[in-house]
Parts: sequence; structure tokens; C-alpha cells
Amino acid sequence: MKKLIVSSLLVVGMWLPGAGLTSGPELKLDRAPTEKFSDVLSLQRGAKIFVNYCLNCHSASYYRYNRLRDIGLSDEQIKDNLLFTADKVGDLMRVAMARQDAAAWFGAAPPDLGLIARSRSSEFGSGADWLYTYLRTFYRDPSRPTGWNNLVFENVGMPHVLWELQGDLALHLDKSKDAYGNPVDHKTLQLAKPGKLNQSEYDSLVGDLVAFLVYMGEPVAVSRKSIGIGVILFLSVLAVFTYLLKREYWKDIH
Amino acid sequence: MFSAIPWVGEPLSIWIRGDYVIGDATLNRFFSFHVIAIPLVLIGLVAAHLVALHEVGSNNPDGVEIKKKVDPKTGKPLDGIPFHPYYTVKDIFGVVVFLMFFCAVVFFGPEFGGYFLEYNNFIPADPLKTPPHIAPVWYFTPFYSILRANTVNFFYVDAKLWGVIFMGLAVVVFFFLPWLDKSPVKSIRYRGPIYKTALVIFVICFAVLGYLGILPPTPERTLTAQICTILYFAFFLLMPIYTRLDRCKTPPERVTFDH
Repeated sequence: MKKLIVSSLLVVGMWLPGAGLTSGPELKLDRAPTEKFSDVLSLQRGAKIFVNYCLNCHSASYYRYNRLRDIGLSDEQIKDNLLFTADKVGDLMRVAMARQDAAAWFGAAPPDLGLIARSRSSEFGSGADWLYTYLRTFYRDPSRPTGWNNLVFENVGMPHVLWELQGDLALHLDKSKDAYGNPVDHKTLQLAKPGKLNQSEYDSLVGDLVAFLVYMGEPVAVSRKSIGIGVILFLSVLAVFTYLLKREYWKDIH
Repeated sequence: MFSAIPWVGEPLSIWIRGDYVIGDATLNRFFSFHVIAIPLVLIGLVAAHLVALHEVGSNNPDGVEIKKKVDPKTGKPLDGIPFHPYYTVKDIFGVVVFLMFFCAVVFFGPEFGGYFLEYNNFIPADPLKTPPHIAPVWYFTPFYSILRANTVNFFYVDAKLWGVIFMGLAVVVFFFLPWLDKSPVKSIRYRGPIYKTALVIFVICFAVLGYLGILPPTPERTLTAQICTILYFAFFLLMPIYTRLDRCKTPPERVTFDH
């Protein structure tokens, strides 16, 4: 019987190394700066970028402007700086563009961004990582109708909205061979024309934007963890007492 | 899945779907089935469980037969342990331990890496754009592995049907345990080494099948799943033999109360 266990464990070991969860091309994602997720200043900067650059085509139709009070903004600040297409501070973050028109113009209607940081999660990384990489890897591609293409999301319909800030990136293909002799393309991006920001400033800006998208996907994410610690502590104390009670009753029975 | 049944399979699956493809009728039916029919069945099973518990009484940890020694005056079994307070206080502790795991998931990892809240749930439903991979949820994956492990057309029957049959049997076989188990003792406290080893192998196989069900199949994984499926069924089908051979300790005649 022991032999059986050993051999079954060996069989188990056969496929453990290199087991990917799904087949398909592997994505190499950069890690988004997670320390920004709970930083109020980052979230406020992210909200500014989101409203100025994203909220013209993309909606966040489950989210109200006045919810931004969560990240330390007052109603006045929201009204004066962030309310472009809505009248009331209690309005939902909707866009004026009709989905049919958008689909005709871009090839696909721009998705609602309320939950995008959660839906883009995969075995390759969190949704934040995906967004952080995606927003930094647009490159010039004259063959595309918008003139832009992307490393993470090939042939994407969205143009590079932040190009003024990042500048123009150009694609460089390095042809090489992998360990089995198959040809592989190594895609790298190089700055062809600098934008208003240098690379670290741009990365930081995208980090702020991603932090805001993550926050919008689950506004209570930070507070639920602090509540959770209290709940687990309470339950641990309760578990000790209920165990002592159980032992007290059951000590008569052998 | 029902389309694998010979002759009636195709009309049967059309009848269940209410359409030639998965359509509105199918969605309505499966939605009402899951939110109304299944909870009602669960309530019925809870009621049946309580009725059965009242009929036969609760067991004790030593597995002593409680019908053997009965109080001559009241006719109540002497070795039965009353549900209250013994099992109620025990279950309160169990519930608290469960809640600790449950709350850890709720507060610290509600998505649990895409297993508890699937990432596709955050995309609005769109009939023109369906997810590329449809994987079964994690608690079905052991049975899904058994379904996939059947790859041979055998005895004039299609491999797909064998898969469905074995997947069904993997669940149904638990109901035959009272007849399969020939051990003279009830409690695991007095069982011998053969039964304990068999149980460990069974648990390992179940876990391995569950893990394999998440992964896309490769030849090695399918072979592993087939070995685990055979061991899964061997645990049940060989049970009448190995429980008889096992060296058991003798359980006590009575449950001892100190009062």
C-alpha cells in the first residue's frame, strides 16, 4: 500500500512543473505600483486623469460623481473641476456617445470601465497589472485606422489617448530562435518622439490612473480589510470559548 | 451532457433546452431551476434528514449500536447521546471555525484568484461575445476529470457516454456505502490500517482529480486522471473485501458517562 502511495505521488509529480492554467499566448505584464491603491493623493490624481482622458468615450455607469467624496474631495471641488458632461454631482458617470455609433467608429464600443480592473484579471497577473502594461505599450502603427497599436491588446480599436504625455513609441522586431529552433519575434518599444512627460513621470501618472480604476472596481477594498482583521480576531476569541464550552460538556463521555 | 444518451439523447436535450441552441427559454429554465427548484429540494432534504434523525437517534463517537441497550422503563436507548446540549455545543464550535475560514475569504480574498468570483462575472453579458474558455467551477472539477478520463469507446458504447455514466456513478456510489462496508466496527477509532490507507489514497485521488479538472488536458494528465478514476472506484468496489480482511480493535460495549 505504501508503494501505491509513493507511485501515485510520482505520477502526480509528472505534470507539476510548468503546468500553465490555460493554453494560449503568454502575456508578460509589468507589476502595477500597488502602494498607490490606498494613497488618497494618487487616487485624486487618478480621478482627474480618468475624468479628463477616459470619461469621454468610456463610461463608469455604476459610479456617481459624489462618491468621489470617499477619496477626500468635496462636492464643490467635484463640481468645479470634474463635472464636465453631467449637471448634478449625484449623477452617474455616463457618456453621451451612443454605443452603436461608437461600435461603428472604433470597431467595438468602448467598454464601461467601472469594473475593468477586476474583469481584466487573469492567470498572468491582476487586472491592475494588465491595465498598467496596456496603457504604457501603445505604439505607432500606420497600418491601423487609428494609427496606433498595442503590445498587450493586439489591433485594439482604442487610439493612444495619452500620447501627448507619453510621446510616440516605435516597435522594434528582433528575430531570434527559441530553444527548439522555432523563429520568435521579440517585440520591444523605443521612444521615437518624446512627449510632455519623461518616462518615470508617465509611469507614475499611469500608476495613479490604474489605482483609481482599481478603487472604482471595489470602493470598499481598503476598508473591508481593516474590518476583516477585527472580525477574525473576534471569531478567534469566540472559538476559544466555544471550544472550552464543548470540552466542558463532553468531558463526561468517553 | 444528456445528448450522450443513445437514441433519445438528441430529442431529450432539445426538450430540456427548449430550443435547438442555448436560447432565452434555456436561460429562463435554468435560472428558475437553480433559484427555486434546487432550494426547495434542499429544504426537503433537510426535513427528511431531521425526520430520519428523530427516527433512529444520534450516534456516538465510539460507534456503539444504540438500539442494543434500551432503558427498560422508558424504551429510550441508553447509549445515545442527546442532541442537546452535546451536539449543539459541538456544532457551535464547528460553525465558529467555519466562519473563520468564510470571513477570511469574504474580507481578504473574495475573488480567490478567480475561483470564487470568476473574472468573466465582471463583464456585462453579451450574447455576441462569449468567454473563450468555459471551465467548470472548482467544486465540480473532480467529477469533470472523471468525465474527461473516459477516452475509449468500449463495448459498442461511445466514450462520451461512458464519461457521463462514470461521472453519475461517482456520485451515486456513496449511497451504496451501507452495503459495501462489511467492517464489524462503525467508528474509525477502531478501524485497522488497511481501511485508513485506502481512505488516504481515496482523498489524494479526489484532490488530484479536482486539480486536473482545472487544467487543460494533455496525454500525461489524462493518464493520471484515469489512474485516479480507477482508484476512486476501487475504494468503493473493493470495500467489501478489504473491510473484511482488516484487523479491527474491539469497541467498548457501552458508552461511558461520568455522572
